[in-house]
Amino acid sequence: MTGPSPSRMLAGRHVYRVVSQLGTDLLVGHCWCGEERSAEDPIELWEWLLAHPETHDANSAAGAAGPPGDRLVRT
Amino acid sequence: MPTWSRNQWYVAAYSAEISHELFARTICGEPLVLYRTTGGDVVALEDRCVHRRYPLSKSHLIDDTIVCGYHGFTYDQCGTCLAAPGQKRIPRTARVPAFTIVEQDSLVWVWIGDNDRSDEALIPRAPWLDSPEYTVVRGMEPLQARYELLVDNLLDLSHETYLHGGYIGTPEVAQTPITTEVDEDAGVIYVSRHMDDAACPPFYAESTGITGRIARWQDIEYHPPCLYLLHSRIAPTGDLPADDGTDDHAFHVEVVYAITPETEHSTHDFWMVARDFALADQHVSDFLAENNRTVVLQDVVALDVLETIVEGEKEHYQELSINIDTGGLAARRLLKRQREAGEAAPEPTAATSTR
Repeated sequence: MTGPSPSRMLAGRHVYRVVSQLGTDLLVGHCWCGEERSAEDPIELWEWLLAHPETHDANSAAGAAGPPGDRLVRT
Repeated sequence: MPTWSRNQWYVAAYSAEISHELFARTICGEPLVLYRTTGGDVVALEDRCVHRRYPLSKSHLIDDTIVCGYHGFTYDQCGTCLAAPGQKRIPRTARVPAFTIVEQDSLVWVWIGDNDRSDEALIPRAPWLDSPEYTVVRGMEPLQARYELLVDNLLDLSHETYLHGGYIGTPEVAQTPITTEVDEDAGVIYVSRHMDDAACPPFYAESTGITGRIARWQDIEYHPPCLYLLHSRIAPTGDLPADDGTDDHAFHVEVVYAITPETEHSTHDFWMVARDFALADQHVSDFLAENNRTVVLQDVVALDVLETIVEGEKEHYQELSINIDTGGLAARRLLKRQREAGEAAPEPTAATSTR
């Protein structure tokens, strides 16, 4: 639906990611649980992301990344 | 209730600012007097004699004690009164609060909150500021605006195109989409804008010598409440980092801000520019210092105006947020979370504050 996920910069277990889609007014929100949603309003999108698991839950209570510690993927 | 977070670390000064002289600065509404002891440690005490409130910063530093310039109450590095005038007995309450200080990466960090809740490990790092592989220019501008306005400003760099045109702004900044990440556990916000074919603004053309178009990457890493890092990568268009991560052909500039509230309506705007090229070139240092200060002052003028507008506006004014504000909105939320945590009682296992 939204194309490839962007490169991750932060390596924590619970990282929310919002990507502006090039050439559109769309934002795509990626929850740490693996679910995603697009919207044109950042406030609406943050509300959806932060409402996890009330609005969405990909049955991933453990988070989508490795253990917390190193904050940046690139380092 | 103040708008800043208690029980957090804030930058109080640059290390180079603190010598064996009394130095006054208000941090988060706390008037502090700072000095460096003969042993090299930085001391921060409340800048108010317990006797008649006289500023200790206007007093006398004798060896490693402060002698109040009004009546001579004498305080050691811990704020304990060692001598009172005209009597041998020192009143039990004759002490001024001492603040926890950590000096790191050329910055003097102060813990604003309960001393027994301070944790040095929570201080975010900016190693470029104290590295022989970088040359740093820096300054500090007083901002007559609340610190949240500066956070908003720095989390959305699309304003560079309009407020800083001719210095660091080019059309591509506002036109390039961003990616925003928030690490909920670490409390870090990352805003990434990679421009792969952009005009080179004078700030970078003059300092790097690049004359053509550039790949310009801006990666913001904000550690609320105080430390803001902008990892800036400049390279000729098409010159990308190698697969192994090495990036020897690019120019790297680490722009660092420490955003320290002074009062509810004023902020210490510490700015630093660290570069990994032309390390010994004084002309480049002078150019970056002068131009970055100009850019900071452009922000200061704008934010000072905004402060008066915000102070005068009616309650519940509804502002508008759009896509460029995604990072700023995240910052506001984390700051609010920090404020609430800072006001909350400590965990049951923690000791009670002595302050």
